[in-house]
Amino acid sequence: MEKKTYTISIYAENNVGLLSRVSAIFLKRHINIDSLNTSLSEIEDIFRFVIVVQTSKDQVIKIVKQIEKQIEVIKAFYHTDEETIFQESALYKVKSNSLFEQRQIQNVIKKSHANIVTVNPDFFVIEKTGFREETEQLYNELAPYGLLQFVRSGRISVTKSPMQITHILKEFSK
Amino acid sequence: MGAKKSLPKKASGHITGAEAVVRSLIAEGADLIYGYPGGAIMPVYDELYKFQDHIEHVLVRHEQGAAHAAQGFARVSGKVGVCMATSGPGATNLVTGIADAMIDSTPLVCITGQVPSHLLGSDAFQETDIIGISTPVTKWSYQVTKVEEIPEILAKAFYIARSGRPGPVLVDITKDAQFAKSEFSYTKCTKIRSYKPIPETSDDDLSQASKLINAAKKPMIVWGQGVILGEAEDEFRAFVEKSGVPAAWTILGVSAIETAHPLNVGMVGMHGNYAPNLLTNECDLLIAIGMRFDDRVTGDLASYAKQAKIIHFEIDPAEVNKNVNVDVAVMGNVKHTLAAILPHVEKKIYTDWLDRFHKLDTIEHDKVIDAELNPTKSGLTMGEVIKTINANSQGDAVVVTDVGQHQMIACRYAEFRQSKSNITSGGLGTMGFALPAALGAKMGAPDREVVAVIGDGGFQMNIQELGTIFQTQAAVKIVILNNDFLGMVRQWQQLFFDKRYASTEMVNPDFVKIAEGYFIESKRVTTRDDMTAAVAEMMKSDKPYLLEVCVEKENNVFPMIPSGASVSDIRLE
Repeated sequence: MEKKTYTISIYAENNVGLLSRVSAIFLKRHINIDSLNTSLSEIEDIFRFVIVVQTSKDQVIKIVKQIEKQIEVIKAFYHTDEETIFQESALYKVKSNSLFEQRQIQNVIKKSHANIVTVNPDFFVIEKTGFREETEQLYNELAPYGLLQFVRSGRISVTKSPMQITHILKEFSK
Repeated sequence: MGAKKSLPKKASGHITGAEAVVRSLIAEGADLIYGYPGGAIMPVYDELYKFQDHIEHVLVRHEQGAAHAAQGFARVSGKVGVCMATSGPGATNLVTGIADAMIDSTPLVCITGQVPSHLLGSDAFQETDIIGISTPVTKWSYQVTKVEEIPEILAKAFYIARSGRPGPVLVDITKDAQFAKSEFSYTKCTKIRSYKPIPETSDDDLSQASKLINAAKKPMIVWGQGVILGEAEDEFRAFVEKSGVPAAWTILGVSAIETAHPLNVGMVGMHGNYAPNLLTNECDLLIAIGMRFDDRVTGDLASYAKQAKIIHFEIDPAEVNKNVNVDVAVMGNVKHTLAAILPHVEKKIYTDWLDRFHKLDTIEHDKVIDAELNPTKSGLTMGEVIKTINANSQGDAVVVTDVGQHQMIACRYAEFRQSKSNITSGGLGTMGFALPAALGAKMGAPDREVVAVIGDGGFQMNIQELGTIFQTQAAVKIVILNNDFLGMVRQWQQLFFDKRYASTEMVNPDFVKIAEGYFIESKRVTTRDDMTAAVAEMMKSDKPYLLEVCVEKENNVFPMIPSGASVSDIRLE
């Protein structure tokens, strides 16, 4: 079956060990996780995991069912890129002298709509949020000037359709 | 054994975490547990000593035995089995039993001691990350580091283990949490907001299912352990009898209705019966009830029941469309869904269709069963031993089996008249399961005859549990079907590896002498007459008994669906 990028969103209790339980589901099926992000959600005390994988529709349905089967998972969803709004954040650490000595780099930064997070005599840090291609493009453009460090976050995403978690929790407390 | 005294669910003043563990178990009615002490769990053992009027602890000889004994107890009683071990090797030794319970949906609560919380992560003596190790093979697990958490976490553990699709739960308790003191009050857990044990049943699915059932010309049921776990035996019987649909079982479903029931058409799967396997690919409707389309049941999925509509009665949403895509999934506990569908199912008798099963049965009898049960050669067959056990038990015994040829033969030929009577390691195929599981089964159903049928290989995988049987005097009847081979592997080597018997021939010890060493009455037989007499003697005994039956060395189990082949390619020889 055709492989595609799927974003899996999980709403769960914030418990030690749940991340390991969720990642074990991928491990057991020999599926690599492209990116993983955990954070607070819109609901107090409920955490949200966003996991990106390349797999078939058939497989992602089975994975989501296995994830939902975990005791502390309230609900899990899968979506294609078209069904979500998603972003990644990247940080680039560059030597400060290249900023002052090579004017080109200033144009690169300006053009990319990146933010300068900090500047000090030794280095400066740029932040860029956007699609993978955009952060990669900036990476390629900055690389010739000598990147001291580069890091990119996992995908964060919200869906175009509603998630109904509050409704699920309300149903429970009935 | 015997009834244990109860205790109030609230303690006055502050008590230790260790006492809270024991009081929680008593409050849950878990008054029989299996385990093995050690450093990190000693405070709990100290409390078990003090509360021995309220709770019985059985000292096994290896922690794996504790897990399997708790499984045997759970499977025969329908209650949650409890086992206990210390940290490190004690905990890791439980893992095989936990994995077995996970894949066979057996409710267990496993309690392990852990190093004190300030030593966690320091590679302390007997420290192991048992939560990490057990995560993929537990329904839920939790590490307790604070005394106040103990009653609430144990209440959750029991609730999760027994509810919905049951499974094993592990609670790891640091030693400092066992020593610390807190108030104690126990409240049973009845819900967890993120956990929905039983999915909702849709009326639409029920109505679609009943339409398919009423329209079918050649329907067939395959039922699994879900019927037993859901305590749905009565509802299942009513459904089978009203619908008139021939019903076949998976290895874990057997005994939900009696072997002799006219609509019971035998076992499906790799060593199942000829008729239900062949007719899986001929029926026009397959009604799967509380089963999960295991690969040993389906064979090659690409040629499994492709001509049939399929209905799946199932409690676990993750099992629906996992291996086999179905036309209608009826979600819920089969106890409720089968009762709900019954009024909408027309009463029918499928005379011609049932006759197809009987005709194929005759072929299987002529080619396989007759030679197995009524052999004319001098060498003993495994099947005739099971037949002799049937004759003595009248089908009322609990039969516990290990893994391999003897298991397939026992499950094929053992006769049952009541539910929860066949205890075997189905999904995981754990050799060494039967001896400790039989001990647990006997203690879980002390009034029933428990016969453990074990091969010479599997017997030696947990042979040390003879010590526990001796100490408890649980009257387990142990039958070793000894062919001096790892028989099932040898059979595969014969059929698929040109008879290269790599490491399957066993040079065995004197099993009778070993039993004597444990003061367990024992006998070895090699002839038909001696076997018949010895089985009768064994079954009359009210003490533990070990009977070694030397059977034909190179017999094979048939029918057989070769691994990866279609159910239609079932071989009779």
